[in-house]
Amino acid sequence: MSNIIDLTLSELVSNIKNKKISSNEATSAYVERSKKSKNLNAYNEEAFDIALKKANDFDSKPDFNKKLPGIPIAVKDLFCTRNIKTTASSKILNNFIPTYESTVTQNLWNEGSILLGKLNCDEFAMGSSNETSYFGNVISPIDKDLVPGGSSGGSASALAAKLTPATIGTDTGGSIRQPASFTGTVGLKPTYGSCSRYGIVAFASSLDQAGPMTRNVKDSALLLEVMSSFDNKDSTSVDFKRPMYSKDLSKDIKGKKIGIPKEYRVEGMSEEIEKLWEDGKKYLKDCGAEIIDISLPHTKFALPTYYIVAPAEASSNLARYDGVKYGFRTVGDNLIDMYEKTRSAGFGDEVKRRIMIGTYVLSSGYYDAYYLKAQKVRRLIKNDFSNTFQKVDAILTPSTPSSAFKIGEKSNDPVSMYLNDIFTVPVNLAGLPGISIPAGLDKKGYPLGLQIIGKSFDEQNILNIAYSMEDKINFKFNLKEWWMNE
Amino acid sequence: MSNDYLIDRDGKKYEVIIGLEVHAQVLSESKLFSTSPTKFGGEPNTQVSLVDAAFPGMLPVINEFCIKQAIKTGIGLNAKINNKSIFDRKNYFYADLPQGYQISQYKDPIVGEGSVVLDLSSGSKTVGIERLHLEQDAGKSIHDIDPKNTLVDLNRSGVALMEIVSKPDLRSPEEVNVYIKKLRSIMRYLGTCDGNMQEGSLRADVNVSVRKQGEDKYGTRCEIKNVNSIKFMQMAIEHEANRQVDILEEGGKIDQETRLFDTKKNETRPMRSKEDAHDYRYFPDPDLLPLEFSNDYVESIKKEIPELPDQKKTRFIEKFNLSPYEANILVSDLDTSKYFESVIENSDVKLSSNWITGELFALLNEKNLEITESPISAKNLSKLINLIKDGTISGKIAKTVFEMMADGDKNPIDLVKEKGLKQQSDPKELEKLIEKVINENQDKVKEYKSGKEKLFGFFVGQAMKVSGGKANPQIVNEILKKKLK
Amino acid sequence: MSIDLKTVKHISKLSRISLDDEKAKKLETDLNSIFKWIEQLNELETENIEPLSSIVETKLRLRKDEIKSKNIREEILKNSPDENKDFFVVPKVVE
Repeated sequence: MSNIIDLTLSELVSNIKNKKISSNEATSAYVERSKKSKNLNAYNEEAFDIALKKANDFDSKPDFNKKLPGIPIAVKDLFCTRNIKTTASSKILNNFIPTYESTVTQNLWNEGSILLGKLNCDEFAMGSSNETSYFGNVISPIDKDLVPGGSSGGSASALAAKLTPATIGTDTGGSIRQPASFTGTVGLKPTYGSCSRYGIVAFASSLDQAGPMTRNVKDSALLLEVMSSFDNKDSTSVDFKRPMYSKDLSKDIKGKKIGIPKEYRVEGMSEEIEKLWEDGKKYLKDCGAEIIDISLPHTKFALPTYYIVAPAEASSNLARYDGVKYGFRTVGDNLIDMYEKTRSAGFGDEVKRRIMIGTYVLSSGYYDAYYLKAQKVRRLIKNDFSNTFQKVDAILTPSTPSSAFKIGEKSNDPVSMYLNDIFTVPVNLAGLPGISIPAGLDKKGYPLGLQIIGKSFDEQNILNIAYSMEDKINFKFNLKEWWMNE
Repeated sequence: MSNDYLIDRDGKKYEVIIGLEVHAQVLSESKLFSTSPTKFGGEPNTQVSLVDAAFPGMLPVINEFCIKQAIKTGIGLNAKINNKSIFDRKNYFYADLPQGYQISQYKDPIVGEGSVVLDLSSGSKTVGIERLHLEQDAGKSIHDIDPKNTLVDLNRSGVALMEIVSKPDLRSPEEVNVYIKKLRSIMRYLGTCDGNMQEGSLRADVNVSVRKQGEDKYGTRCEIKNVNSIKFMQMAIEHEANRQVDILEEGGKIDQETRLFDTKKNETRPMRSKEDAHDYRYFPDPDLLPLEFSNDYVESIKKEIPELPDQKKTRFIEKFNLSPYEANILVSDLDTSKYFESVIENSDVKLSSNWITGELFALLNEKNLEITESPISAKNLSKLINLIKDGTISGKIAKTVFEMMADGDKNPIDLVKEKGLKQQSDPKELEKLIEKVINENQDKVKEYKSGKEKLFGFFVGQAMKVSGGKANPQIVNEILKKKLK
Repeated sequence: MSIDLKTVKHISKLSRISLDDEKAKKLETDLNSIFKWIEQLNELETENIEPLSSIVETKLRLRKDEIKSKNIREEILKNSPDENKDFFVVPKVVE
């Protein structure tokens, strides 16, 4: 049998169910590997001892009817976890220990999964490279000085380096799909309303959505099946009949109409990405799908719209971090002074920048010019998609305009950093599901991803398409374990 | 109108323009967006959920009953109910605002324009309602426990409030008094707010401006925040209006600002903590969706609306022949009207009205009690009134009985029996008694017969005295007239 | 529309984030480049477009008026930076 850490999530589940591997063996293997991988800086908080104890508990009284029986999983440090420090990678939440559990993580534990630890991310999920974390940047296992992407960078890095069999992230403008693309893994952002936002540190409420990050499509289907639930505690949670995504997974996509949006062929796009996209179309045709050229005319306005809507919501969502109820506080001469000093010292530069943008676009005299305008353009972007989905079943695009960049390469130029999310952001604005799958390597040997966008609540369809393509692509990346210390 | 409230400066008269933003706490078990209790008076921070304290990742889920209460109130204010309304975030930082924003309704409130009719001594007046919206209450900052710090109690944080905004239609402190009482009365009838000002269930921000009598344009207004009694509202208006007039008289300009009423100094002053918080950056709360309901839903709520004070007043006037003045007193408080209706079930209406607004109100006032705490039940008062009506006791004796009843809600029938207070109406008995009085006062009889007719009252008095007050005065009169001829 | 230093300071005040002059200047530069890029939205005519604030198309779900939350004062105050067992504590406020 191959190494435990080389198994996919689904394989690990069946091995545990068949009693070939115990939860303790699986957990120990991941704990050991995680301990040797500190160079990646993927973990904010390790829960290894508790995890091993829980694994033993599972083994002494196993329930093999669970979907994730005794499976250790590390999660993004944006999910509140009971009695385990939750920081959103921010100094302002340093030492915050929730007394409650997010719905999504609770769903994992309910199905037998075990928390390995909390994974680094961009501060409050604001970033595309994991460089904004208060706990330092995460390194990609793909190469030494490469960013893993962001904001779910710790999740992507841990997943690609096999420190966890699967993980979960959150995606506000591409924070699952972009790092998945950068690290040769699969990342799915579900339809807005599919996974509960209860207990997830909020960034931009109308865009945030949790989703799975896995080594293959089948694992994503399984994890989504567990994560997604209707939740009364979230007013935006949608009550629909959730399919058994993993059970219903199929490679039959014959006759599916796949749209290729011309607006995603952006200026200066590399030949590698062009080729990747072309290859994708070919694979789809090989699977019997029909390729249709489409237009999403407002695509280029998505990013500026996003950079009004998301910071506006964030500026308000982050007002609760004021040094009064929890987290970090700086002493001040009076209440206002305390607020200003606490928030100035507690937030990092990117978070402050976005709070300032958000405050500005909502402030009196600017609301109509910016925020209201953005809401209107958001409507146009959503309409682009709904019109298109009259004609096609799904849309194929590259996940990112380039492969992973170097640490520090874009950190001084916010706009060029923001442009990294150009293909992922429209999906969040329209609330649609999107999945990124590894599809090839660039000249430097770094992974590139393709994105499949689906209709609302049509996750099964994009999973099936991704599943078929995955087979044809047969992505391989030779992971050199350069970061490990013995 | 003759009783206009005007501020006079050497013959120059200023009119005072007042608009109120009343914050009425919705009567509900749990808070607007969380499942914590709303009960008043709990130990600090014991009625606070993770949502109320704005923990990371906590989300609001709206209370259906609070929506219903707002709709009911809107109907009670003859207002337009909006089938679609939006919850917005009002962003500002304050110690007792854990989220850093208040969830409120800005552009699209649940209730639109309506009106309230005030009964003033000069006649009735209609005051326009601009809107009613739902919002969260804040917590409480306590400044006087710890000398160095402010302590924050979040028990009230998240409790549902209805903000009822009037048009600037009020013109005097007295109108404000009547307006608040009318609003409170309507909401108590509806069961949507208990109107308890001591507990802060009803507070108001008062907008005051002044203008020279006869001018059309409104002056610059000042907002006096969070005044929690009618008396203070009236004092604050008096002071603020005079302050503004003084400024104008000196050729100055009024600054639009938020002020605070200092109850100890009886003056208003600018509010320091609000100085730079004017930009609230309202935007639709992305954690919530638009609130929508059908006309059928509103219609079904309309069916639950009880008879309201104005309708009850009309009914009392028409059916019971009460004067508008009496009817007004009896309907202004729901419990009083209930008491009244319970008494008149078996008793004379006119007598009941007199006894309730007279003796009973005096008693309650003296003992500082609400009518619901009345020491005399409606049932026993009704019995007392019947004893008067059927002549068993005189009105005068009834007052004595009434006093005795107040001690433990005693049954007046028993009291009359026990104490032998029954009125003597037997003419034979009374004749004997009167003969005795006449015999013992022959000198007065002579005087009377020689023309000093004023002495008649003396004989009545003596007869009553001899009977221990129990003689039926009417019969005494008749017999005396005969005997003294 | 360009954002000057005064505006940056005003926004920082509204955001309750203190900024030293150096940071304020850096932000002035950043915000100007970001807003210059954002201005491209003005190419679009949106006069008659209805703004979209929620992507979920269902009606707001309503909760029954029931008390479910118990007294969790200890839990609520546990993470507070101050030691007080009954209250949240902030520097003295003058109203």
